[in-house]
Amino acid sequence: MNRPGSVSLLRLDAVGKQFPGGVTAVEGVSLDIAEGDFLALLGPSGCGKSTLLRMIAGLIEPSEGRLAWGADMAGRIGFVFQEPTLMPWATALRNVALPLELAGTPRAEAERRAREALARVDLTGFESAWPRTLSGGMKMRVSIARALVTRPRLLLMDEPFAALDEITRHRLNEDLLRLWRDERFTTVFVTHSTFESVFLAERILVMSPRPGRIAAELHVPAEDRATPEFRTSSSYAAHCRAVSHALSAAMAA
Amino acid sequence: MNRALRILAPTIVGLLFLGGWEWLVQARDIPPYILPGPVLIGQTLVRDWASLLPSLVITAQITFAALFVAATLGLALAILFAQSRVVEMSLYPYAVILQVTPIVAIAPLIIIWADNLWLALLICAWIVAFFPILANTTTGLNSVDPNLRDLFRLYRASRWQVLVRLQLPTALPYFLAGLRISGGLSLIGAIVAEFVAGTGGSSSGLASRILETGYQLQIPRMFAALVLVSAFGILIFLCLTLVSHLLLRRWHEEAK
Ligand SMILES: Nc1ncnc2c1ncn2[C@@H]1O[C@H](COP(=O)(O)OP(=O)(O)O)[C@@H](O)[C@H]1O
Ligand SMILES: [Mg+2]
Repeated sequence: MNRPGSVSLLRLDAVGKQFPGGVTAVEGVSLDIAEGDFLALLGPSGCGKSTLLRMIAGLIEPSEGRLAWGADMAGRIGFVFQEPTLMPWATALRNVALPLELAGTPRAEAERRAREALARVDLTGFESAWPRTLSGGMKMRVSIARALVTRPRLLLMDEPFAALDEITRHRLNEDLLRLWRDERFTTVFVTHSTFESVFLAERILVMSPRPGRIAAELHVPAEDRATPEFRTSSSYAAHCRAVSHALSAAMAA
Repeated sequence: MNRALRILAPTIVGLLFLGGWEWLVQARDIPPYILPGPVLIGQTLVRDWASLLPSLVITAQITFAALFVAATLGLALAILFAQSRVVEMSLYPYAVILQVTPIVAIAPLIIIWADNLWLALLICAWIVAFFPILANTTTGLNSVDPNLRDLFRLYRASRWQVLVRLQLPTALPYFLAGLRISGGLSLIGAIVAEFVAGTGGSSSGLASRILETGYQLQIPRMFAALVLVSAFGILIFLCLTLVSHLLLRRWHEEAK
């Protein structure tokens, strides 16, 4: 399903996960992720999206199938959780510098790159702010800056904006898209929002619940998204309708 | 307004209580060897200050030494527990046994075994003060946000990095809460142990002053010593609260 000439970053081969106790969270997922893809995993709550994402991150082992990487990914995966997951005892800057410091980057260098990452998410001036003084949207920006500070090849996001209000969510969607266009890190974005998946992703994988499988794949071509005011365009509405139908079909199956 | 009230209200209650006490003693003509009034206690405190102060210093030394050892050892043991479930499972029950055994029951043994009374009192105070720090810090080290733990795993953090950058900061508020409890407890431990020892004579902290004034029916002096014990306990609590506030004010919700 890849664009011709694109380089495969990761291939999932019949990947499944059965938890001890018998819950099959994910079953038979085969998938090819190309370098530079923006891929959305869309499905209802409990259908195994987080489990799949955590397997890709290497946080849990698949119980079936395998993952084949096209490149050395050590330290090159960024992860954004649903909650900002910041260390409350550290400033925004120290939070963002964490991945670099864990890898042994000298402090001054880590700080410089953390400043740069904060600037990329429009948080210049908030370097020494404590997490509890930041709004929900700003905390999420810090969290994204932390994920981007290592210049990851793969960015994994687990419903990162689900807990935010709609206005903040729209802004963050736009900013994320702008970052992705500039830097082309491969992105897997988990969401349960049809609208969010169409707005962001070129490839939308619709998951069906119990056990979690990939029920359908839909595409939103870059040309369509390039239309001005995409969110209010008829093309956006049409894509949303298609994805929505696919989701209903997946749920009914 | 609210802040002023928090100081003003208990002060008024305290003054009313002391006033009522003094009035009762005067009106009923209660003899000072039964119940001295606050004024007489105050006068005794001033008069006997020079002879009571050395006892306070000794009790304070034991209390602080016990608190220091309890904090250091409690923290060290909690870190050890966090490194290994097996060690935790093997040792924790004994920490609990130490905690639930009444100190007055084992103090005589400790006083016999330790060849120096000061050390014996220190051990007793430590036994009483140790558990809250151990229990709280252990809880704190295990309370790490699971997502943050995953984040550290994602970036291949070493055990040491997880401990220093994640577990210890998470445990800090728990440790400090334990320390606040233990501050009061180590004073109680020091006093109780000295009471036990004091029946055999020969120690010189505030508890022996209280015992000896009891034998000699110097009740105003006994009250003066009691006031010193309470005041010292309150001072410890306030100091530890201040330390905790200073360390946590930047990030911990509770410490705002
Ligand atoms: N660690 C676990 N142990 C047992 N069951 C789990 C675990 N994690 C998730 N599950 C189960 O797997 C299923 C999928 O969970 P999850 O991947 O979190 O779904 P989603 O992210 O789509 O909401 C759910 O039924 C959930 O209860
Ligand atoms: Mg989830």
